[in-house]
Amino acid sequence: MQTMGLKRKDVLAIAEMDKEEIELILQTAESFKEVSTREIKKVPTLRGKTVVNLFFEPSTRTRTSFELAAKRLSADVINISTSSSSVVKGETLLDTARNIEAMQSDIIILRHASSGAPYILARALRSAVINAGDGSHEHPSQGLLDLYTIKEKKGGIQGLKVVIVGDVLHSRVARSDIHGLKKLGAEVHLAGPPTMIPLGIEQWGVKVHYRLEEAIAGADVIILLRLQLERQGKGYLPTLREYAQLYGLNSKRVALANNGVLVMHPGPINRGVEVTSEVADGLSSVILEQVTNGVAVRMALLYLLSGEKS
Amino acid sequence: MERVILNSVEIYRALTRIAHEILERNKGSKELALIGIRTGGVYLSQRLGKKIQEIEGESVPIGELDITLYRDDLAHRKESPVLKKTLIPFDLNDRKIILVDDVLFTGRTIRAAMDGLMDLGRPKQIQLAVLIDRGHRELPIRADYVGKNLPTATDEKVEVLLEEAGEEDRIVLRKGTEK
Repeated sequence: MQTMGLKRKDVLAIAEMDKEEIELILQTAESFKEVSTREIKKVPTLRGKTVVNLFFEPSTRTRTSFELAAKRLSADVINISTSSSSVVKGETLLDTARNIEAMQSDIIILRHASSGAPYILARALRSAVINAGDGSHEHPSQGLLDLYTIKEKKGGIQGLKVVIVGDVLHSRVARSDIHGLKKLGAEVHLAGPPTMIPLGIEQWGVKVHYRLEEAIAGADVIILLRLQLERQGKGYLPTLREYAQLYGLNSKRVALANNGVLVMHPGPINRGVEVTSEVADGLSSVILEQVTNGVAVRMALLYLLSGEKS
Repeated sequence: MERVILNSVEIYRALTRIAHEILERNKGSKELALIGIRTGGVYLSQRLGKKIQEIEGESVPIGELDITLYRDDLAHRKESPVLKKTLIPFDLNDRKIILVDDVLFTGRTIRAAMDGLMDLGRPKQIQLAVLIDRGHRELPIRADYVGKNLPTATDEKVEVLLEEAGEEDRIVLRKGTEK
């Protein structure tokens, strides 16, 4: 039987992947989506494997999605979050991970507030490591599910105009999306307040706009980023109301985009800030489909990383 | 070294015979459905479906099954096999399923296929049709319909080449190392 695999032990960043690897993951996810539509949404593929969700930052969506993906593949899943782990007793990240590996883990999924944390684990451990978001660096599984959703809805990604709106500066989702979209041939535009667009990001081959209307004109896909309310009060924005007025997506602005535009959001949504309820729940929105596709994409990642380690 | 075991005419005859045997044993095509195991089995199930329709005048539902997720050797592989889709556009419950594959060898593929089917529903019965039975079973599985029994050595390779895959229809036996 024809075999193929990822060229890596770990999935840490889309920036490191080539087009073929990304396409392999998206193609594999398509088969897993079929499994999730069955009455019995479970296959025995990863029976006997142990997947550890190691979350140093709060998350419901990503952690649940990985947990469900692992369970649908029949793996055993352990969830560890900072508040309930020995990290509160002063244990280092590496010691925590080494102890988990000593219990025969096969795949460790790490979310951490520090950019680069998954690299430390990946180098030190035999287990495969999946980055579930590190600081403001990358969130590859979210990027891949965004790519999957666009490809599924639009039939392809090459040549599409994709606009990413909001706090690009702090967004790991935006970084993963930009790398993935560029590699698959999309035209990427960024829009947001100048305080939230990193200086020099044009070098990544993207076009920057400070007026939302200008960016959205003729767009095929609009990806809204979550405005990180926890960072407010640090001088990035005068007020949320002003942000909503200038950068919030409403039906009038959606009308400037191409027919059949997709509106996406990694969640959780701040309704009335990044997007009006009318748009978030409207026909263009594929926000809930992103969540569904997230499970299929994460099943694909777990599957592709689960071969024998040499 | 390569030896042709069945040519295109012989494959045609074998499939015609199997189609008749299926209909005879099941007293017609009522409740029947064909499910081909990817990739060779899918082509053969489509050919059998066509023949059954020619004989009975009624079509039988046909599905495609990918067994990759049910294999028992994934953990031992360096790389994962490429996944393909399972496509079964009908209800399996209370149907008699004819599982179709090109070559029956160790029986592990068939075990995986049966596990896969059971997850998709509760068939009334599962029967197995194969074009070639080459022996060397590792599990207690046998076929109900066989195109040709072919005694082989374990280091030989049986290749089923079909028009649907861009080849001239034939089955060849090669000396090889693949188990």
